[in-house]
Amino acid sequence: MKKKIVVPLILLLSSHTIMADAINDMFTQYQQQGVSNASEQTGKTLWNKKFTDKKTGKDRSCTSCHGVDLTKVGKHVRTGKKINPMAPSVNKKSLTDVKNIKKWFKRNCKWTLGRECSAQEQADILTYLKNQ
Amino acid sequence: MKNMTTFITATGVIGLILTASLVMGDDDKYERNERDEGFLSQLFSKKTDVAPVKNAVYKEECGSCHFAYQPGLLPARSWKKMMGDLENHFDENAELDKDTQIALTKYLVENAADDANYKRSRRIMNSLSKNDTPLRITETPYFIRKHDEIPKRMVQDNPKLGSFSKCAACHVNAEKGSYEEDDVRIPGIGKWDD
Repeated sequence: MKKKIVVPLILLLSSHTIMADAINDMFTQYQQQGVSNASEQTGKTLWNKKFTDKKTGKDRSCTSCHGVDLTKVGKHVRTGKKINPMAPSVNKKSLTDVKNIKKWFKRNCKWTLGRECSAQEQADILTYLKNQ
Repeated sequence: MKNMTTFITATGVIGLILTASLVMGDDDKYERNERDEGFLSQLFSKKTDVAPVKNAVYKEECGSCHFAYQPGLLPARSWKKMMGDLENHFDENAELDKDTQIALTKYLVENAADDANYKRSRRIMNSLSKNDTPLRITETPYFIRKHDEIPKRMVQDNPKLGSFSKCAACHVNAEKGSYEEDDVRIPGIGKWDD
């Protein structure tokens, strides 16, 4: 009987630790790049901010594909492919891999903002995302 | 008793082969005369239309944004060209780190349509000229021919669909590499019957 409770608890704790590990790694790197603090509110604003794409003239934002409610499944604006929720509270795999975090920041900032995000911007967004 | 079992097994096997060949022969009934594919080559071609994707990195890196198109749906020269410009991937940024980019290009090229012994791969290749380097599967003459009877309202103007690029939206077994007409279910419309 005891076992049944213990196992999920370990899983829960370990996934939380993995997320924390990856995020700590990222923050250490941001600090090395001169970031001294990060704001959840600034991150949220940036996440929802609309940027006009030079080529198409259309508005783009993180929410174009991920949606506003990060606990919900997103939808790729172009292909319609489902995107797993960003919120770690409902998606245990979210934000658990440094390589993945970097890859998506690079790709998606370039698509959304037309440039890479600064260390400060990434730190803010990550602070917002991890608390969802 | 043993002889009887052997007989039944043998009959079963022959029956299966005949059924399989009938099923294969039935597909693409309008194209029977346009290919050099005789009974035997149809009989021994693989049952799946195109080799399914087994590469986990490919599924993850490419399949997170769109259907993980089987490498056997385009020639190697197309994949090389596409993988050389991932920053401008159909107006999206799909950049990969160098190692992943090299590994996936290798996977795509090695499994490209050129030498694949699967019927869709062969037919796509046959529909292209030597110098054609399509970047979209939907632009290959074979693809166009196979979809040209489908009215716009069912795909491009279908609010639940919007384009031909979402293979798996209609071909329910697309992920397994099967694109049989019988397995087509168009969102909001249903079975496709020409």
